[in-house]
Parts: sequence; C-alpha cells; structure tokens
Amino acid sequence: MAEKLDIQTVKEEFLDLYQRQIASNSIPDYVRELREKGMENFKEFGLPGRKNEDYKYTNVQNIFNTEYQKEVKARDINIELEDIFKCDVPEINTNVLLLLNGFYYAKQEELIELPEGVIMGSLAAASKKYPEIVSEHLGKYAKMDKNGLVGLNSAFANDGTYIYVPKNAVLKQPIQVVNILLDDKDLMTQHRNLIVVEENAEASVVICDHTLSPNRYCTNSVLEVFANKNAKVDLSRIQNEHNGSTQLTNTFIHQERDSRVTTNIVTLHGGVIRNNIDVKMNGEGCESNTYGLYLSDRTQHIDNFVNVDHAYPNCNSNQLFKGVLDDMATGAFSGRIYVAPDAQNTLAFQANNNILLTDDAKMHTKPQLEIYADDVKCSHGATVGQLDENAFFYMRARGIGEREARMLLMYAFVDEVVNHIAIEPLRERIQDLVEKRLRGELSRCNNCVMHCCN
Amino acid sequence: MLKIVDLHASINGKEILKGINLEVKAGEVHAIMGPNGSGKSTLSSIIAGRDLFDVTHGDIIYNGKSILDESPEDRARAGIFLGFQYPIEIPGVSMVNFMKTAVNEHRKYRGEEPLAASDFLKLMREKKALVEIDSKLTNRSVNEGFSGGEKKKNEIFQMAMLEPKLSILDETDSGLDIDALRIVANGVNKLKTPETASVVITHYQRLLDYIVPDIIHVLFDGKIVKTAGKELALELEEKGYDWIIKDFN
Repeated sequence: MAEKLDIQTVKEEFLDLYQRQIASNSIPDYVRELREKGMENFKEFGLPGRKNEDYKYTNVQNIFNTEYQKEVKARDINIELEDIFKCDVPEINTNVLLLLNGFYYAKQEELIELPEGVIMGSLAAASKKYPEIVSEHLGKYAKMDKNGLVGLNSAFANDGTYIYVPKNAVLKQPIQVVNILLDDKDLMTQHRNLIVVEENAEASVVICDHTLSPNRYCTNSVLEVFANKNAKVDLSRIQNEHNGSTQLTNTFIHQERDSRVTTNIVTLHGGVIRNNIDVKMNGEGCESNTYGLYLSDRTQHIDNFVNVDHAYPNCNSNQLFKGVLDDMATGAFSGRIYVAPDAQNTLAFQANNNILLTDDAKMHTKPQLEIYADDVKCSHGATVGQLDENAFFYMRARGIGEREARMLLMYAFVDEVVNHIAIEPLRERIQDLVEKRLRGELSRCNNCVMHCCN
Repeated sequence: MLKIVDLHASINGKEILKGINLEVKAGEVHAIMGPNGSGKSTLSSIIAGRDLFDVTHGDIIYNGKSILDESPEDRARAGIFLGFQYPIEIPGVSMVNFMKTAVNEHRKYRGEEPLAASDFLKLMREKKALVEIDSKLTNRSVNEGFSGGEKKKNEIFQMAMLEPKLSILDETDSGLDIDALRIVANGVNKLKTPETASVVITHYQRLLDYIVPDIIHVLFDGKIVKTAGKELALELEEKGYDWIIKDFN
C-alpha cells in the first residue's frame, strides 16, 4: 500500500511537474494554449472533493493522494505487445490502435491512412501533421469546469488516439482502441483522444481498457467526439481492469444536425470507476443513445455521470444504465437531461435499474430533469431491487438449480443493455464475458495471458 | 407414490394447513376441490418446495422418502411438477433457453449427457404439437406478454417437456375458454401413463369432464373434509360446499 499524501502536496507536485517537464515540450502553439488553460483551471479548482455535489459518491481526492508515478513521456518497453495482447474476438476485423500507459504504442505507424480516407493514429503526431483539423476540435467540447479533472488532463496529456473520418466515408470495420496499462510501478496516466466524424460519415469505435500487470493504476482520460451533420457514430467501451485500478473517464460528445451517436459502456471490472459522459446536441434532428452496464463485486465502485443537453428542437435521447452489485460494491448513477427553452419536440428517456445481491451493496441513483421548453416528452425511472423471488422459485420448480436460476435471471436483466451493441461479434463476445463475469469466472478474453481481473 | 401425513403448515405464524392426509398412487388422478382460502394452493406450493411456508408438523413422503428437506429443484428433478396457478413472466429469459436449461438439469440429475441442440429442438417440436402451442410463443421470453390461456398451455407444454411422475396442477383451468380447456385437458390425458399420477386442483366441475379423476377430495380450512369418487364433483356443482362444510364451521 502506497503512502497517503496530503491533497495540497499532490496539487503542488503537479504544478512542479508541469514547470519542469511539460512547459518546455515542443508542441504546436494551439496545444500549448490548451495546456496552459488546463493548468489554470486545475490551479483554480484542484481536484473535486466531497463538497462538490457532482462528486458526492466518488472521492477523487482519496484516489489522488496515493503516490503514483506520473507518466509524462512514453517509455521504451522491451516486450512485444503483440505477443501478449491479441484481441481474439472472431471476425471483428478491427483496425487496432494500441495505447500503452496512455501513449500511442511506438511500434505502430504513427498515423495510418485507411482506404476510405480515414486517418487514425497518435494524437500527438496528428496535432503536428494536421493542425487545421485538430485545432478546430481539440479542447472545443471538453468542458473545463469546477472539477479540475479535465483541466488536469488538458495540461498533462501528451498523447492518445486520433481518428478522423472524412465526409461521406463509411467505415466498414470498427476501429479498436486498446488501452493497456503495464508497468512495474504504480502509475498515473492521462491520455487525450479525439474522434472527428465528418458530414454523412459513419464509424464505429471500440475502446478496451485493460491492466496487464498488478500494479496500482490511475487513469484520467478525456475523449472528445465530434459528429458532424448526419454522421453516425457507434462507440463502445469495455472496462476490464483489475481491482487496484482507478479510471476517471471524461467523454464529451458534440453532435451537429441529424447526427446519431450511440455509446455503450460495459464495465466488467475495475477498482474505482467514474465515467463522465456529456452529450451536446447542437442542431435539430439529432439522436443520442447512452447505454451502460456495470457488474461490480467485492469493494468495487462504479459511478456513471451522464449529462445530455438538448440545445435544439426535434432531438431524441435515450439513457439506459443497468447494474448488478454484489458483496460490498457501491455504485452511483446520475443522469441529467437539460432541455433548452426553445428545444420543442424533444423526446428524452432515461432509466437506471439496479439489482443488489447483498445487504451490504449500495447504489445511489439520481435523475435530474431540467426542462425549459413546454412541448416535450421526457421520462425517467430508477429502480434498486433484488432478484424476483417468484421468478426464482418458478425456475427452481422446473428443476433449474439455485445458481443457474440466479444466473439466468441476472443475465436476462442485463441483456437489454448488451443487445444495444451494434457490432455483432463484439456483442456475442460481451454476452460471453458478461456470463463469465456473472458466474464469477475470469471474464478476460482468451488470448490475453494476463490475469487482470483478480 | 406420494404420501402426506398429518401435514401442518403456517405462514407468518398463521396456520394454513391443519393436518392433511393424502395418498396418491401411480396411475391415479386425484382432484382437490374446495372454497377459496381453504389451503389448496398452499398445499401445492409446499409439495413443490416453496420456502414461504413453515411446515410445523407431519411429513411428505415421495417414493418412500421424506422430501421436506429437499430443494425445489431436486424435487422437480425427482419428478414432481407444479403447474402454477399464476405462471411467472421472466422477461429476458427465452423459452428455449429456459426449457433447455431445465431439461438438461433433469438429465444431469439422472446422469445423462445434455441433449444435442438438434435433439432438443426436435423434442420441442413434438411437445408443442401436443399442446397446440404456437411457435411464436416459444420464441419469446418466458410467459412475457402471454395471454392467460397461453400461460396455462405453456405450463402443460413444460410438463410435457419434463415428463414428470407426479403432476400437481394448481387451478390450471382458471381463466381458460372452452377450447383452451379442452387442449389443456387433452395434453394432461395424453401424458398420463400407469406410472404417473396427477393431482388436479380446481374450483369447477367443468375441468373434471375432461380430466376424469379417480378420487375427489374436498379441502376446507386446512383439512380434507371429504373424500369420494368422481361423482362427488357433480354433487358439488349442484349443491355447493355448504352441505359438507357446515359440520366443520
């Protein structure tokens, strides 16, 4: 167990690190401006504490006062990552991008061009090679507000992934971003990611978060997604890190007119996880779907914080988050729907359903509807309950054993979320992983030799 | 096959069954009738192993062994089937998956290999025909959105799939129109063999026109107050229960 640090010390350490290592990096001016803005934000607000209403259930200061090595440049790792990490989801045929400890993995081509005109690769490289596009979007959607985390990421992130899908391009194969944490010391990483999908273009992106060594990790990542007019984006994230890890993900989705963005977050494992998902529908006719599934046990903590902004009329949004909490696991869900004064004909739905398997598991769920238009249809519902005893007995009366019956019921409960995953091989794999997870088996992909789920 | 000896049971301290004695032999069909609240459904639940009730006295012997300490699933695997009065909807669990799991758990209990997918589907087809159940229903989640009649047919379908030795049908006829009643009764009759037995719980003589019982019991206030042949049903239909229970009130 690493030593606990005073939160002020942590803050000073970041400021010092920034002066010594970051400020002198050779980076384009617009990136430097973003860094400085981020640093100012972090100086002003620091890290969210208990008094921050939005972080009531996830104590970020507690996470940061562990002594992590702060990774500010990529390190050479003398192993062939391909040897230990091969995604074996059959027929998924993804274009894979690897991030190792928050840095674009150096053995890949820095920027890859796909036949459709798609560019994918390192954000650091792209910020130099394609400054017009990157500067148009980078930092434009991620809100630096009072929590300081986005500011911190903006100041420190040196790399991450960049995906650009040009106008009218339809990406047939999904792009898979694999985030790997692998080191021999406790590590903090902060990567920055940008996905730009232009007019009429379509893309799906799968993000997998893995830990491949048992050290403690803390990741504070930011992902900005820009969906231009009539673009279709399908985003799936599979969180499968070990219990000594902390993940703070900040996802900002900006949608222009008639675009559709679907997000699936499947949380299988992780010590402490906070997912911030912020969607802005910045034009009429948009559709936003945000789905989440979390399976937690032991002392795991999962907090999904969703904000959907209906800024324009005639947009639809759906939020569905479901979770099963076992042992002493704790969870929180907050779903805010904001409907602007003239955003008429808004359709907004939200549901958060939870099953607690023990008396010690805890769930906090909070819907927040702020509606300033009068012709809208909005609904929300939250449930926290146990498995249906009548269904349980019904199954047992048919000869289905207690364990199997429990399993079928839990599986049925979460399947509604998994069914929204559009990529079929991925959906099947996740169904399989979820089933293993619910059975208490290791839910890692077959070819991953590391046991990241203990 | 089944022997119930002086069975007393209560829920939350309230005694529901007050000394039931009942013996069912292989090849027999028993009917249990009685007014509402007499304990019919409680009795069937307890035989199936529902733990909402406390058995305070007496015993249930099935094939020579007490089953009071056995789990509901083990009782089911040993051949006891309860047809529910109100079948439960289980959204998200497909009928196919549900039945496949149940059939294979039964097979495992008997030391048999799980059924191959093709054999299982063949079995489903055969049994579906028996109860005239629509294929659309078996492709859905368990009982989800089924009509009352469809739910009851589905109970008989499950019974056909699991081939129990002792079937307890709890008001399987309630909520059925005459066609559905005929189909359900037909299913039960076709599944009848000299080695199996059924206990049919019903309010109405109607069902007993189709499923002809060997013995009829009248349950009242937690006790069997009258046992007679099938002609008793007609008498009950005509005169109600009052003439039997007046001595016990």
